[in-house]
Amino acid sequence: MSARDEIFASLRRSLHVSGAEGPRRAAAESRLRENPRGVVPQRGNLPRAERIALFKRMAESAFASVSIVENARAVPAEAARWLRDNNLPATLRRGADERLADMPWRETAVAVSEGASDGHDLNGVSHAFGAVAESGTLVMTSGADNPTTLNFLPDNHIVVLSADDLAGDYESIFDWLRARYGKGMMPRALNWITGPSRSADIAQTMLLGAHGPRKLHIVIVDEGTGLL
Amino acid sequence: MSVHANPTSPHFKDNAHKALGDPQLQQAMGKLRIGFTAARAASAARLPEFEALRDSARDIKNHTLANLDLYLEAYEKKVVEAGGHVHYARDAAEARKIILDICKEKGAKTVAKGKSMISEEIALNEALDAAGVRPIETDLGEYIIQLRGEIPSHIIGPAVHLTKDQIEAEFRKAHTHLDKDRNLEEPTSLLAEARGVLREKFLSADIGLTGANFLIAETGSSVIVTNEGNGDLSQTLAKTHIVIASLEKIVPTLEDASQLLRVLARSATGQELSVYTTFSTGPRRDGDPDGPQDYHVVLLDNGRTSMIGTEFQEMLRCIRCGACMNHCPVYHAVGGHAYGWVYPGPMGAVLTPSLIGVEKGGLLPNASTFCGRCEAVCPMRIPLPKMMRHWREREFERHLTPSVQRAGLGAWAFFARRPALYRLATRIGMGALGFMGRNKGRFSKLPFASGWTQMRDFPAPEGETFQAQWKRERGGR
Ligand code: SF4
Repeated sequence: MSARDEIFASLRRSLHVSGAEGPRRAAAESRLRENPRGVVPQRGNLPRAERIALFKRMAESAFASVSIVENARAVPAEAARWLRDNNLPATLRRGADERLADMPWRETAVAVSEGASDGHDLNGVSHAFGAVAESGTLVMTSGADNPTTLNFLPDNHIVVLSADDLAGDYESIFDWLRARYGKGMMPRALNWITGPSRSADIAQTMLLGAHGPRKLHIVIVDEGTGLL
Repeated sequence: MSVHANPTSPHFKDNAHKALGDPQLQQAMGKLRIGFTAARAASAARLPEFEALRDSARDIKNHTLANLDLYLEAYEKKVVEAGGHVHYARDAAEARKIILDICKEKGAKTVAKGKSMISEEIALNEALDAAGVRPIETDLGEYIIQLRGEIPSHIIGPAVHLTKDQIEAEFRKAHTHLDKDRNLEEPTSLLAEARGVLREKFLSADIGLTGANFLIAETGSSVIVTNEGNGDLSQTLAKTHIVIASLEKIVPTLEDASQLLRVLARSATGQELSVYTTFSTGPRRDGDPDGPQDYHVVLLDNGRTSMIGTEFQEMLRCIRCGACMNHCPVYHAVGGHAYGWVYPGPMGAVLTPSLIGVEKGGLLPNASTFCGRCEAVCPMRIPLPKMMRHWREREFERHLTPSVQRAGLGAWAFFARRPALYRLATRIGMGALGFMGRNKGRFSKLPFASGWTQMRDFPAPEGETFQAQWKRERGGR
């Protein structure tokens, strides 16, 4: 008997089932099909402006910094300012995302290169798929547009988020993912990021900048109601 | 021989004795009992739905365990559809062999490892070393204990038993290529040094191995949760990603995973969410500029399918948050290594006898004051004290020798009779019981704050008093 067969046999013996019972199968299949929501905290269930404010507050409490700009064309200047204020070199690496490509980087002094990271980039910029106000969490999807390595290898990470893609809770993000990739399908890597990397493994003292980025700066593009 | 192959759990009393007389350990543990507990309480209090989420999390796992065969089938199908491979391992030896075979096939020389308790459970590092493959632990805590040749003393903070000075000494010994006069006074300089040393290893590793906090049947995804980003670097940069997980890590859907994620970090560290939560589904796809070329999942049973249908089934709901040990007066007093095998604290006291046998692990269920705090804080509402009692009943049923039996009761009596510990335990126990009888979600009314302020003043056990008691104990045997 193969290990697989034996494990399934042991499991079914313990459960007193054969695996062929109709009602059990129906229950499991329906859960997989319907993906019912459980308890969704009301915290993020807010009108747009307050949702943005909550996201900002939560991300900042996780030690990210957050700026809000009025349109996508203002992103490069904000990125340049943040690099300058943190005494960082004016370089950025980004993926092929058109939203980033269309931004007027040439109007700044920032030298932008394109592609995945090989571990030698000091600063990276990515565009988020979305974000969750409930916990101040960014949602990143893998692929050439925003390579996963840019989320982890550069010392400093700037993430651009469209305010329209800011959800109140994780469950809304799952719906958007299904709309984009199909039911039951996922990008190869889906990264939720809540603040910069940290560790408390040395004497239980929380220190930022373990293996991932030491700094995380979020630029929200809010073309909505003019709230700033 | 290592603790993996030769657990010191049968010598719990001796281990505890040594731990109580270890000033560095006592210093480290003193910090833990204040930090983690306050953080959890504050984070739970911030979320009105926290108690309802615990119920939901428990129900999801109960439903999943009752239908685990079906969800396993669904999960396997999705992994294969995404281009991944699923392997089944009945026991630790089989799991090690599967991983070693992949290493051999890939001609691997190094394996960058994210933190995985299952890898500890199957003693993978020793097997890799023996086969000439270098395992590199990349979680900072795991890296530190790997340098020291130890096992984790806590499931989420493997090196919580060490002081900053001990870690500095270890780094000076291991990183001999660095200037020996360098300043490592500040903890940040230690962190920066580890980051530098490990960065090169990430970039050159042949295989990235991670555990999984959850496996999602709906999508065939494995989920890891970290604060450092080390698991992500391990699994993104290497050509091959191997996931090692026990099979009860399955949950049906993404929505089910988010219910569990909401209670995991809050119970563990008090964070709203850990820094990185990553869902991985299969290998690199067409047009992907990064990610692994191969994706393997090794599903370990190691006795778990036989726990289903027994009084220990509920233990399989455990999501390894560590809250039970963070709130356990016995764990606070003796640390994780006293438990003698991979899993410490209340969850270890229940799980260890299931995994290594009651002959070796049977003393651990006595390492309890039965104060009930572990159950009160367990996000999965696992009745840990009840299960410890079940183990003690089983010991009787198995007719273990009278001397072993007496030693078992002696270990319990040892804690129950330490006046300070006992008072503390009763105080906390009453608080916990009162809480359980009250309305859900009223954390503001919990006596947490006062309880833990008083704890700060709780004196570390003194060697002399202990010795005296110990003698009395032995005399009474
Ligand atoms: S038993 Fe409960 S509290 Fe302990 S680690 Fe498992 S889930 Fe967390």
